[in-house]
Amino acid sequence: MGKAAWRVSPQGDRCLMVEFGQKIDRETNLRARALAQYLVDHPIPGVLDVVPAFTTVAIHYRPEAIAEPEGPEIPFERLAARVEEVLEGGVEGAAPEARRIRIPVWYGGEFGPDLAEVGRARGLTPDEVVTIHSQSPHVVYMLGFAPGFPYIAGLDERLAMPRRATPRLKIPLGTIAIAGSQSVVYSLETPGGWNLIGRTPLRVFTPDTDPPCLLRAGDAVQFFPITREQYYAQCAAHSSAATEGV
Amino acid sequence: MSIEVIRPGLLTTVQDLGRFGYQRFGVVAGGVMDDWAPRLANAAVGNDERDATLEITLQGPVLRFDEPALVAVCGAELSPQIGGEPFPQGRPVLVRAGAVLEFHAGENGCRAYLAVRGGFQVPVVMGSRSTYIRAALGGLEGRALRKGDRLPVTAYAPGWYPALDQALAAGGQPFAAPRWSVGFTAVPGRARRVRVVQGPQWELFSQETRELFLGTEFGVSVNSDRMGYRLTGAILKLRRPAEMISEAVTFGTVQVPPDGNPIILMADRQTTGGYPKIAHVAAVDLPRLAQTRPLERFAFELVTLAEAQEAYLARERELVRIREAIDFQRRQ
Repeated sequence: MGKAAWRVSPQGDRCLMVEFGQKIDRETNLRARALAQYLVDHPIPGVLDVVPAFTTVAIHYRPEAIAEPEGPEIPFERLAARVEEVLEGGVEGAAPEARRIRIPVWYGGEFGPDLAEVGRARGLTPDEVVTIHSQSPHVVYMLGFAPGFPYIAGLDERLAMPRRATPRLKIPLGTIAIAGSQSVVYSLETPGGWNLIGRTPLRVFTPDTDPPCLLRAGDAVQFFPITREQYYAQCAAHSSAATEGV
Repeated sequence: MSIEVIRPGLLTTVQDLGRFGYQRFGVVAGGVMDDWAPRLANAAVGNDERDATLEITLQGPVLRFDEPALVAVCGAELSPQIGGEPFPQGRPVLVRAGAVLEFHAGENGCRAYLAVRGGFQVPVVMGSRSTYIRAALGGLEGRALRKGDRLPVTAYAPGWYPALDQALAAGGQPFAAPRWSVGFTAVPGRARRVRVVQGPQWELFSQETRELFLGTEFGVSVNSDRMGYRLTGAILKLRRPAEMISEAVTFGTVQVPPDGNPIILMADRQTTGGYPKIAHVAAVDLPRLAQTRPLERFAFELVTLAEAQEAYLARERELVRIREAIDFQRRQ
């Protein structure tokens, strides 16, 4: 990774941003994840939070705690120098190994009201939409928007759909939705404008566990269809056996 | 020991300085809206600044103390009283067992913070006691206070401020307090200026729009909450639509959605966002903003990053001096 491959800039006076590119792709995202993991494994004193996104890593810090080295520099400049040092030293390989997570989905039905419409818009039957979605090579690029909420890239372009013109006010947690080349799993009941195609009995935000989420950036995700009966049986069992059968 | 909630007030929650270390999982940092007043209140009762306080919004609660407690209230002035007598803000107050502390409405500020010596002992969730209502996380059962709640606190042990122990033992008054106060806990007056530094998309707004941004008095919309302050006053337009990729946002980010009305992201902001960011509020001015009420107005003032960080560091040094002064007073 050459010097030109990143840009360090302030985001206000308590956050520093490292940008690895201006296009969402696997390589750029991997670099962001590698830096974030390196900073989690090798914490810089005074840093409160490290937040990777598609192409960036944000480093939230306490200016009063960025004390070293002594000098005339302001806290941002000191931290920027420290981060440049880390990047020069190389962080490749710091990203944790990708896991493979299987997520059961009851496609269509009352929680996937847009499944048929996606099919009509793309000239596919509902069954074809399910097959294409469950066979797409999904990868988690980032968690954000809400606790545990994953942005999952890799959706087959035959299912590319714009967001809905009018967002829905309440989307139940566990709902699987698509837009553009991405899929998401709603982690909390929130408003949202994505196309709803199904629901999983799994919980992607699990506040009692550490880390508090089922998925992490970099994970390969395979969605697989289950029936309505299986969905309710798994809800009743409150299954968290996401990695079963991997 | 506990404090009984006789009336909960409009929105009273347990908050500490925030839930850090989990934003990479999408978990909202949350915490106090004003990160100055609660630190003063904690300092006034000898707490660690990270101890949990009560954040009291506009209409305050009525609280009954089962046992003696050392408390301090800083921030908005919401007319606190005990037994009809004004309760002095900005200093430690030793409250007698059975006392009832009532907050009323006030003119000045939006949020008062109540610290009790030892802090509120609600469970720690992901490293913090802060209440995040939308995900029902932290605080007291993940929600705002309700009538009949009992807030767990550590039992009061005399000795930290001997003069107050003696004063309460000597008289029949409901509380004992020193004459001094921590000083500028007070909320600033109406004509406010809020300092900002340039955001990453500053250049994507035309010169004219930037002048509008800095030259307009913005009002805080009634649709503002702990997540964000929606502003009205000028419509800010990009020179041309920008392709934005979602990335982390921070406390004080001023983002501009397509309708052009800016939103300042506050304590309960999402971890990431995808709107253009015209500016960031200087951290040193966030407490003033948190004390600004719906319908009040203020204007932005552009400063450099160095100016913002120097002002912030000066404030932090001031807090160290205040802590030293409190320590001196209590030993007298």
